Amino acid sequence: MEKYIPNIFFAFILIAGIGYFVMNVRKLIRNIKLGKDIDRTDRKPERWKNMAKIALGQYKMVRRPVSGVLHIVVYIGFILINIELLEIVIDGLFGTHRIFGSPLGGFYNFLIGSFEVLAFLVLVAVIVFWFRRNIERVKRFMSPEMKGWPKNDGNIILYFEVVLMTLFLVMNGADLQLQLLEAPHYYHESGIIGSFPISSWLTTPFFENYSIESLMVFERTAWWLHIVGILIFLNYLYYSKHLHILLAFPNTFFANLNPKGQFNNLASVTNEVKMMMDPDADPYAMPEETGEEEVPEKFGASDVTDLNWVQLMNAYTCTECGRCTSSCPANLTGKKLSPRKIMMDTRDRLEEVGKNIDANGGEFKSDGKQLLDDYITREELWACTSCNACVQECPVNIDPLSIIMDMRRYLVMEESAAPQELNMMMTNIENNGAPWQYSQMDRLNWKDE
Amino acid sequence: MNVPTMADMMAQGKQPEVLFWVGAAGSYDDRAKKITKSFVKILHQANVDFAVLGTEESSTGDAAKRAGNEFLFQMQAMTNIEILNAYEVKTIVTCDPHSFNTLKNEYPSLGGKYEVYHHTQYINKLIADGRLTIEGENLKGKRLTYHDPCYLGRANDVYETPRDLIKRLGVKSTEMKRHKSTALCCGAGGAQMFKEPEKGDMDINILRTKDALETNPEIIATGCPYCNTMMTDGVKFHLKEDQIVVKDIAELIAEANNL
Repeated sequence: MEKYIPNIFFAFILIAGIGYFVMNVRKLIRNIKLGKDIDRTDRKPERWKNMAKIALGQYKMVRRPVSGVLHIVVYIGFILINIELLEIVIDGLFGTHRIFGSPLGGFYNFLIGSFEVLAFLVLVAVIVFWFRRNIERVKRFMSPEMKGWPKNDGNIILYFEVVLMTLFLVMNGADLQLQLLEAPHYYHESGIIGSFPISSWLTTPFFENYSIESLMVFERTAWWLHIVGILIFLNYLYYSKHLHILLAFPNTFFANLNPKGQFNNLASVTNEVKMMMDPDADPYAMPEETGEEEVPEKFGASDVTDLNWVQLMNAYTCTECGRCTSSCPANLTGKKLSPRKIMMDTRDRLEEVGKNIDANGGEFKSDGKQLLDDYITREELWACTSCNACVQECPVNIDPLSIIMDMRRYLVMEESAAPQELNMMMTNIENNGAPWQYSQMDRLNWKDE
Repeated sequence: MNVPTMADMMAQGKQPEVLFWVGAAGSYDDRAKKITKSFVKILHQANVDFAVLGTEESSTGDAAKRAGNEFLFQMQAMTNIEILNAYEVKTIVTCDPHSFNTLKNEYPSLGGKYEVYHHTQYINKLIADGRLTIEGENLKGKRLTYHDPCYLGRANDVYETPRDLIKRLGVKSTEMKRHKSTALCCGAGGAQMFKEPEKGDMDINILRTKDALETNPEIIATGCPYCNTMMTDGVKFHLKEDQIVVKDIAELIAEANNL
């Protein structure tokens, strides 16, 4: 019985690690569903294609070649090395050693060899990423919104990856040495299982001097820390900016497919305008008795629950890379607006609302705060030129512009709080059909000038 | 200039092949009026049967929508759509990418379905149909750089059409470091044209003109009356107005064809 303790312990932490993650994912989905409904299920073939090209294929990453190529290395490494995770889990549950080794034969050696090379490349890429963030100090990582937690969050993720990759290589190196020493449990009659191009080069010189017992301590420690580390990392996702590794897929699938210049026409406004313009409408008519009190719909957005669920998913997907902000004309000329901050604020506020709901037994109790003013200032909103550079640059098709526009709509239609010059412009359009104060009767004067 | 209105046409029982949507800038702004006239000359040269709405034209509502006033936008849109549909308009051309975007993308769901062209697209079509040729001697060898208007470029993915026209001018064209989908905005979009910018280190048009100056141009070409204003101001700020002109592609074609 005693010899099964590691297996049972392994099963326990596996269930606990995955269980806690699933609980948080459910919370995440609940929060996203706080957003308003929007139908993004049309044009399915285009949506699948976008997901394949942009999320799976990393198509937009290489718009910036250096970070793009390094990211693809980490991405491929992450996906492929996770195949090895399957074997690690089975070995852990059943106490086997490299269970896929015999059935796959030579192909197994090829796989393990490839994983090792990838792990090494990931290590190199991650170290370059760390260098860019902390030594080279690439400008887009130095914005005001990146101070404090966002900066630490970015580095913690890099440290995680360094540790996990190192543990993977140490585990393999010790394993190889144990196989060479024909240690029980590790030794296979058919010969060495796996091919270890990196760990044999990096760790064998170090492990050569150790006994089987010490090597087993190394191998087991690295093995356990590696799998426990992965479970911790999995659960760290929800608390960090790193959710993009999962959400990039639905986010690109449900992204806007219309031309970027096309802003939605608010249906609630259309109804009212049609009523106003209908010569047969009776302005004094009593509203139809529907039996329920009609709550007038709020125009635009002042809080996260006024946004639609795709906008809220956008906020959780954002990994704070800052490509949007570094191409924003307002930000480049020193204005307060940063599209990345719009997404970070939306997420922070949504998390706050979610925690409020948890604390109040499933119902939101007003906390006197909202997305507007408490997170996003008016100055930021009015600095936007609606140029779509942020939307264009986002590697996972996040749309900060739609949030800015919905909040402007709230400011203008609910609070009449546009800047004075814009009020004048709008008054001119109302009075004489042009943004300037010229008579509509003079529209054609140019032809005789 | 002979510029018939839809009302004139209707009185004569005629239906023009295309409606020229002039837009507020093209109607009232002194600089933009020159673009309007150049385009009309091109339409005349190609014998295009066109008309304008004249005093019946009103703001598309684009600036109001981008400022957040969806009410005013939809009021404008529905009024315009009523007039356009009453005249049974099928095809529209405009020199303003903002009107182009709004008419093409935002009017259909409100009942206004038209085939909408930006003037660079329409001129290209005239050339393809053999109705217009560009002579190209007057501008031969001039150094030119093209600034992409956001509402033509990123907003509607029209990058090559204006460049195809520029190629026919025989100029020496150089791209700015930020061009096509990475082009920097001139600073006028999203209703910024009508307000002072927020506090910052510099105005956006100054930065964008700097991009253009790095190509050492004699001509900065664009396809938007608002970009034109912003770039012209930027050139003045950099004290280069003696060496560099900002021109719309329609103006350049009119110049090439001695119109």
